[in-house]
Amino acid sequence: MGVIKGRKAVASLMFYVLVICLCAIFLSPFLVMLTTSLKTNSDAFTIPVKLLPRKLVLDNYPAALRTIPYFKYLMNTVQITLFSVLGQLLVTPMVAYSLSKIKWKGASVISGLLMATMMIPYTVTMIPLYRTYSQLHLTNTYIPLILPAFFGKAYYILIVRQFFHGLPNSILEAARIDGANEFQRYSRIALPLCKPALTTVAIFAFLDAWSDYLAPLIYISKPNRLTLSLGLQQFMNEYSVKWAELMAAAVLFVTPVIVFFLIFQRNFVQGVAVTGLKA
Amino acid sequence: MKLKQRNRDTINGLLFALPWIIGFLCFSVYPLGASLYYSFTEFNPITKPVWVGLENFRMSFSDPLVWKSLSNTLFMAFVSTPINLFAALMLAMVAVRKFKGRGIARAIFFLPSVIPMIAATMVWIWMFDPTYGFLNNFLSIFGIRGPSWLMDPRYTKGALLLIGTWCVGASMLVCMAALAEVPVSYYESAQIDGASGIQKFFYITLPSIAHVLAYQAILSFINAFQYFQQVYVIISANQGSATGTASGGPSNSILMYPLYIFHNAFVYLKMGKASAMAWILFIIVSLLAVLMSKLARKASENAGVE
Repeated sequence: MGVIKGRKAVASLMFYVLVICLCAIFLSPFLVMLTTSLKTNSDAFTIPVKLLPRKLVLDNYPAALRTIPYFKYLMNTVQITLFSVLGQLLVTPMVAYSLSKIKWKGASVISGLLMATMMIPYTVTMIPLYRTYSQLHLTNTYIPLILPAFFGKAYYILIVRQFFHGLPNSILEAARIDGANEFQRYSRIALPLCKPALTTVAIFAFLDAWSDYLAPLIYISKPNRLTLSLGLQQFMNEYSVKWAELMAAAVLFVTPVIVFFLIFQRNFVQGVAVTGLKA
Repeated sequence: MKLKQRNRDTINGLLFALPWIIGFLCFSVYPLGASLYYSFTEFNPITKPVWVGLENFRMSFSDPLVWKSLSNTLFMAFVSTPINLFAALMLAMVAVRKFKGRGIARAIFFLPSVIPMIAATMVWIWMFDPTYGFLNNFLSIFGIRGPSWLMDPRYTKGALLLIGTWCVGASMLVCMAALAEVPVSYYESAQIDGASGIQKFFYITLPSIAHVLAYQAILSFINAFQYFQQVYVIISANQGSATGTASGGPSNSILMYPLYIFHNAFVYLKMGKASAMAWILFIIVSLLAVLMSKLARKASENAGVE
């Protein structure tokens, strides 16, 4: 009996060692980011390399805010992000409602097309869209970055549709008998009920817009219109990269995302799991 | 009366879905069609397309860099997919166990896939620095002399694979959800029959979640064909001040197909050729997606899941 207990204890100890090692590996880039941002630049380039700063400095943060017009870029990014999230929140539940709660032939057709659009590589649509926007003189504006959000995105629609599938039809049916029309049933019953799914959509839309790199890279070139993700890139343009400063800028860029993630972790998990399993 | 209701439903359905339908026409159908047309023409951002027939396709197929970038991309697709699936499944099997601090561990595994790719890539570029980077200094503890990851063409793809595996959190979550759906009774009866842990994994776990893994594989494949940002950032970091000129990294070892399309379109301004290349990519991705979803269906049939 004692032997079995001992073996179990060893096994669980080994499991903990494994988990701690894995966590250390996955955290190490975050640690490097943070500790480098607290080093002087010469400290970062001194051998032997130490993980922790020899002398703790905070100078990199104000310096990073000066090297690129950080607040300008922040405001630009916030602007794009807000409008993108707004657009997705407006359109996604409507389309999802049509696909899940209205009985019409188009619903299954559109559901199939939704999956198909997810497979279209961005590189295929990028050139004609770029041409159209530049003919309309809309490059260097945020229209090309924001406009698509107001027409729904397949991934988000699938998340909310899945949620609607789980709502019993009887609630809507009762409202129909009471004389509510389709729009009333949608806005007064379905929409308030799908708040959890909409939270998930909002989070994903926020992350997508905040992190977007390729679309701003294509459409935005005017220095005062750049976004934060393009701004980070500017640190690389110098002949010798000031890594301590760059890491400070990266910490500032990543922190809101991490905070968001920690607050809404449950929504993240559900959103990913739902689309991955049932789609 | 019944017919009338049906008509009303159709109109309502159409109205509610209208934003998406318009978006589908404007942002998918039109660009797809236009891109196909453009692939038979030659133009730059300010000139009108001129019909050149199959010239762009001929030019693409005779361009060694097209083949190089295609093989790089296929390499990433075929090598990164199994590695990432394996990593995701192993992490998931750790994270579904009940233990103290499980929530924290899950968050830590998932976090890398949440943060903006640009920031993640930059940290990794810094970690990969051959002299001052964290990775080689860590390896030196074990007496290993790390390579010059992003400069040596033999190691650049390995570096990309490493970054990719670090960002495997979303797949891990999907695997966890799939594992949670495997009926406990299967394991209990296997226990009674005296099955070992490895047997349980291969005869119960793996078949039960095969359909989910197959779907993840398809997504991972499609993503590999969209691989752009990481290599774009790594290459501009290597070049320092020379950003803007087209390069494929050391010996073009990380010239990925989408990156080469981008070069052709926005650096060389050969938008016709870029469109032709994009359509070649689209055809390859579509064929692969159809093929793999057939395989996936077969896998789930074999496993006896709907």
